[in-house]
Amino acid sequence: MRVVLTALMLLYAGLALAIDSEPPFADPGLQARYEQLTHEFRCLVCQDETVADSNAELAADFRRQIHGMVEAGRSDAEIRQYMVNRYGNFVLYKPPMQRSTVLLWAGPFILLLLALVIVARVVRRRARAQEGAP
Amino acid sequence: MIPELGHLALILALGLATAQAWFGLVGAQRRDGVWLAVVRPAAVAQALFVLGAFAALAYSFLTCDFSVAYVAENSNVALPWPYRITAVWGAHEGSLLLWVTVLALWTLAVARFSRHLPQEFAGRVLGVMGLVTLGFCLFMLTTSDPFMRLLPAAEQGRDLNPILQDPAMAIHPPMLYMGYVGFSVAFAFAVAALLGGRMDPVWARWSRPWTLTAWLFLTFGITLGSWWSYYELGWGGWWFWDPVENASFMPWLVGTALVHSLAVTEKRGAFKNWTALLAIAAFSLSLLGTFLVRSGVLISVHSFASDPRRGIFILSMIGVFVGAALTLYAWRAPTLARGGGFEPFSRETLLLLNNIFLVVAASSVLLGTLYPLFMDAFGLGQLSVGPPYFDAVFVPVMLPFLILLGIGPYVRWKHGDPAATARTLRIAGIAALLAGVVSLILMHGEGALMLGAGALLAVWIGGSAFIEPLAYLRRRRQGRHTTLSRATLGMCVAHLGAAALVLGISVTSLLGIEQDRVMRPGETASVAGYDFSFEGVHPEAGPNYEARQGIFRVSRRGRAVAEMRPEKRAFTTTETTEAAIEPGLFRDFYIALGNPLDQGAWSVRIQYKPLVRFIWLGGLLMMLGGILAASDRRYRARETAAATEYA
Amino acid sequence: MKKLAQYTPFILPGLVLLFLIGLFARGLFLDPSKVESPLIGKPSPAFSLPELKQPDKRLDQSLFQGHVTLLNVWGAWCVACHEEHPVLVELAARKLLPIYGLDYHDDPQAALTMLEKDGDPYTAVLFDASGDVAIDWGVYGAPESFLVDKHGVIRDKYIGPITPEIIETRLIPMLQQLQAEP
Repeated sequence: MRVVLTALMLLYAGLALAIDSEPPFADPGLQARYEQLTHEFRCLVCQDETVADSNAELAADFRRQIHGMVEAGRSDAEIRQYMVNRYGNFVLYKPPMQRSTVLLWAGPFILLLLALVIVARVVRRRARAQEGAP
Repeated sequence: MIPELGHLALILALGLATAQAWFGLVGAQRRDGVWLAVVRPAAVAQALFVLGAFAALAYSFLTCDFSVAYVAENSNVALPWPYRITAVWGAHEGSLLLWVTVLALWTLAVARFSRHLPQEFAGRVLGVMGLVTLGFCLFMLTTSDPFMRLLPAAEQGRDLNPILQDPAMAIHPPMLYMGYVGFSVAFAFAVAALLGGRMDPVWARWSRPWTLTAWLFLTFGITLGSWWSYYELGWGGWWFWDPVENASFMPWLVGTALVHSLAVTEKRGAFKNWTALLAIAAFSLSLLGTFLVRSGVLISVHSFASDPRRGIFILSMIGVFVGAALTLYAWRAPTLARGGGFEPFSRETLLLLNNIFLVVAASSVLLGTLYPLFMDAFGLGQLSVGPPYFDAVFVPVMLPFLILLGIGPYVRWKHGDPAATARTLRIAGIAALLAGVVSLILMHGEGALMLGAGALLAVWIGGSAFIEPLAYLRRRRQGRHTTLSRATLGMCVAHLGAAALVLGISVTSLLGIEQDRVMRPGETASVAGYDFSFEGVHPEAGPNYEARQGIFRVSRRGRAVAEMRPEKRAFTTTETTEAAIEPGLFRDFYIALGNPLDQGAWSVRIQYKPLVRFIWLGGLLMMLGGILAASDRRYRARETAAATEYA
Repeated sequence: MKKLAQYTPFILPGLVLLFLIGLFARGLFLDPSKVESPLIGKPSPAFSLPELKQPDKRLDQSLFQGHVTLLNVWGAWCVACHEEHPVLVELAARKLLPIYGLDYHDDPQAALTMLEKDGDPYTAVLFDASGDVAIDWGVYGAPESFLVDKHGVIRDKYIGPITPEIIETRLIPMLQQLQAEP
């Protein structure tokens, strides 16, 4: 926590949002990819902001590196892997699909399916009760 | 002297709350009229003492009494007086006192408006609320005392976080708490019914206005929070799926299910188990929210300072309250009399589906919010679950729900007529399809499908919401004697709010434009067909800050549209970004300053946000719908005869 | 069996509650903001950086070969680093292992001044002006420190200041273990 506080204290703490000072890409497709990517990564200093929005110096460094990688023609997957290699899955706002996250991604849909099956049963049961008593 | 009196008031309130709980719950169990008679006065006295404690803390803030540690940490001589009051709930201890104060207000309301309820039942309701008061007073007095002295007194005090010096931020917590704490009333009603072993339509009619009122405050509080975050934080967003945002959204989803489930219990005596469980769940999620903000268990922008001791206390409270309630539920709910049967195509079925979808949605939000903790606790590694996950999961779950939203009001109870329903909804359906197809074609690109779906659903729900009021007006014009109850009108208004919300979210997400760029004085940027001309940044002084203000002139095809002045404000402790917003019903312009670069150039973010205001308009309409529904004539208590049912 | 199926919906919420309380109780003693490093067990990233005190000299990852090392990420701008510094100076005096510094996003003059005034525990200081090497190491704040074994493989990471407690309970035991390895 000390680490985070120290970094914060030096870098216009609080909730001043950062605006990107990287030069925009000439190709709007690359620019769109770059913007999408910087919104996908979590700033590790201000951990409740995206790399795109964070004012931390580290976030500015990340943006610089991502900008460079997009320019150099790296793919989105490669760039994500670059970040994950250094910081782990924590840095991704979209949790990866892996064995430990199957429950996370499938859970809501399984739950919905299960619930709808139960509803079908209940409704059928009630309909039968309806025939019995007015 | 005043802080000590405040502290004493809390201790007295604790004692009275204990009496309130004891005499209420045990008195009802023993059917002891004398004991039960004590409950209401005890509750009123306890509430008044709590209000006194709050007044004492507010007074300490107003007079800048820095010999009170909490005041010294959250206030400053330069703070304008209205913000001295709002600073009372700016941090942990004070916000707890606000929690208990809001609970005191609800207690007074219940004490006042429960005279028509059977004495035992009212005793149980107030008794449960007394237990909650007891828990929170104990929590404050043992771990989080706002009246602790700081000796020697601080001279200046520390400044309140500048982003909290704002009107919307000031009332956002009280409104949220009115909602969270209000669900304790619904909880108390459910527990009282379970204890008494009976839960019938009359009970539902009593419970509903209280629940609706809590729900509408929560709706307002969340809407305020989203709006505040948009205009204050400088990122142009309105929802981040942050754990504490989710902590307010989950009780809202469950609360929405609850008010609809109550309708079924009221009209048909059915869904009792659902209603009881939803009432318990809504309050449990409120307590969970309280826990999450103060425990440090999740990373969040809202977190108050965390302390494991406090976390342990709240967790124990959750265990006790929710555990006891669920045990009671498991024991008593199976014995509740079943309600009437209904056919597969009926309003009951649709409201059952309503419950299902809302509960699954709330569960999904809970799953995503807690998954990082789950992974960490089980040694499976660290993970972040952010907006990409929630958007990917929440939207598909909600889509079928939104379609059903339009249908439900026009299906009869018990025995629906599909042909009649289809006939009623024909025009709305066609309009919706048209809107969807037109949007799809007009956008023709990435996101066109989502935009089409959004437009379709918004017109569908909105159209459906207008049908009943229009039919009423038509009947009036025909000279027929007809009524439109406030409850029905409230439903239509609230559903219209949902339509506005869906439209606002779809359009702003899919058609909004955000541009980060470097601009030099004299340069013009073109965004969404508008020209933004940057004229440079100059210094400005504020009451307790120094600002750097930029000037942008917005024009369209040569005609001036607006002048916008974003700022960077430097306070004593931090610096903030004040975005310039040019509001409009159909679009907002949004400009935030970034960082100064050489030769007067600045990095800036310019955003075009179409229909973003519809999001909060939707929230306000839902709140208005709740007000209308809660004030329906049939809830105005005038009967004394109903008491005999339980006597 | 039928009774169980009948009662399940009534018992299930209670079971969910128990699970959640257990989860939260465990969570109260975790710190979610400390990001675990995926580099533990992996060889140190390749780098080539100038030495702070002798800017013409360049150092690379071969400097880890042959002995167990502590790499400490710091900066003169970092308040917690100033607090940590005496502990490092004392550790260096014990001559248990070489301590290398990674001066991160710093002004070289301020860094040199700090070493002059507060003591210099470092065998050498790598100067990372851009912060890119620190990112390769998965650094996200200062101070952070890494324990690197004789073959240049990162074996442990300490987030936040090194304290005497960390030295005694984590660093020294691991150091002994790593030194004993071939």
